Amino acid sequence: MAKRDRLSGNEAVAIALRQINPDVFPAFPITPSTEIPQYFASFAANGEVDTEFIPVESEHSSMSAAIGASAAGARALTVTSSCGLAYMWEELYIAASNRLPLALALVNRALSGPININCDHSDSMGARDSGWIQMYAENNQEAYDNMVQAFRISEHKDVRLPIMICQDGFITSHAVENIELLEDEEVKGFVGEYEPENYLLNPECPMAVGPYSVTDYYMEAKRNQAEGMRNAERVVLETAEEFAKLSGRKYGLFEAYRMEDADRAVVMIGSAAGTTKDAVDKLREKGEKAGLLKIRLFRPFPADAIADALKNVKAVAIMDRAEGYTNHGGPLGADVMSALFRARSKALAVNMIYGLGGRDVRVEDMEQVFVDLQAMIDAGDAGETYRYMGIRE
Amino acid sequence: MSKHTEIRWHGRGGQGAKTAALLLADVAFQTGMYVQGFPEYGPERMGAPITAYNRISDTAIRAHSNIYDPQYVVVVDESLLEAVDVTSGLKEDGAILINTEHTKEEIMPHLKGYKGKVYTIDAKKISIAALGKYFPNTPLLAAIVKVAGIMDKDTFLREMKASFHHKFANKPEVIDGNIKALRMAFEEVC
Repeated sequence: MAKRDRLSGNEAVAIALRQINPDVFPAFPITPSTEIPQYFASFAANGEVDTEFIPVESEHSSMSAAIGASAAGARALTVTSSCGLAYMWEELYIAASNRLPLALALVNRALSGPININCDHSDSMGARDSGWIQMYAENNQEAYDNMVQAFRISEHKDVRLPIMICQDGFITSHAVENIELLEDEEVKGFVGEYEPENYLLNPECPMAVGPYSVTDYYMEAKRNQAEGMRNAERVVLETAEEFAKLSGRKYGLFEAYRMEDADRAVVMIGSAAGTTKDAVDKLREKGEKAGLLKIRLFRPFPADAIADALKNVKAVAIMDRAEGYTNHGGPLGADVMSALFRARSKALAVNMIYGLGGRDVRVEDMEQVFVDLQAMIDAGDAGETYRYMGIRE
Repeated sequence: MSKHTEIRWHGRGGQGAKTAALLLADVAFQTGMYVQGFPEYGPERMGAPITAYNRISDTAIRAHSNIYDPQYVVVVDESLLEAVDVTSGLKEDGAILINTEHTKEEIMPHLKGYKGKVYTIDAKKISIAALGKYFPNTPLLAAIVKVAGIMDKDTFLREMKASFHHKFANKPEVIDGNIKALRMAFEEVC
């Protein structure tokens, strides 16, 4: 039975974690993700979970402790934002390369500087090549649902990779909105018991985790890791299917919103996708064929499926909430354009940087993007393909 | 016709504008509405101007932007009338609610010719009378619920009582005072 409630994104994720009842949760606070360990610490203190909750002295330590716990055979996770993620950098690669199932609830916040506490995706985008699965949410409901699905994906024997569950700092983390929660028992049943195949605390099978890899083996290790990532796309879909049976809420690799006959599309990640849906509906009421493709799974990147969903559009705007400093766009732009190129797409494509440091995104802003796309179609030319949305020059 | 209400709160850090917006979302949720309550964060410090927002609707809310043309504005601290453009985008068929000791006539010249309805309430007087302390957000919450027609008084007080029993589980002695402040504000605002 679903329970109707109203929660902030942070509280929703904290409740998912209470329901999951992980073995080990080390944490160090940073805005805007602090509330998650704060709520969880109360659950632990009140005996609502039997998790080993470890307040540590830095994010480097929180990720290290989570890695140690996972290597030992425990279900572990941690939480952070922005500079906290940056401070975990070397550990991110260690978690992924050791094929450790592990979750990180990331509340997206701009990296310094200029110093800023608000949302953009510069923190997680910087970690996109670290070997972590990355999943993003539009709202509190999706952040909760993704968190519930996280360990099923991460621990799957064909995957065994760490997973980052991302939501937009403040915009969803601190906004109280309606949500439907699953019953504790339903989540417990869905997530299941973690039974690691190989782990350090198994006296029957002594092993090492993270030893030196000589040149003769290093590439095979990395290729192996890539195989886990290759399998992750299938496992994400299988897990979503199981989740839909439980919750009635359907998820895929991305959400195609009013894309069936769209001639113009926006591709984006996160909370601004909800705002864009309102813009799409307003344009549709006027008979305009606008559509939205909202990325849920960013790593691995479902390039073929995305190119297929965009195959009939004449013009597409790929929206990046992070800079790439390539002089031609951001990380999502690079991945989508390469997917379109591989599929021999003829669509006119632009990459727009938007929403950095929490810059607000209004419905009118997104309507204007569709106007710009129409202008490209009319001109038969994409014009400047690397743009900033709503910038004061 | 769908019902969709947008409210913007102007306060100063520490006065509880964010808490009031979250409480309003909470109580409106209890009546079956879709709600959003969220703060706009800057460099947080006591006394700095802050903004918080509410959307209350009978259909699902998807937009995640701030609110630029609200039906209602609540001013928690009247010194903001000089510092912030509080009526910016405010709809003329809407209303502004201001916490002040002054009369409506005295406040009007500071509203840049706003043509909509103006409501004033002395939240300080109510708060001190009911709680013995100055918490402006409790009376203002009741006042905006009435001004914006979010729900009737009995439903509001019943839902708030339940909410306070949860929120103040560790200090039940403050519940009666808060309910009294809500009731006084609901009856007084005009």
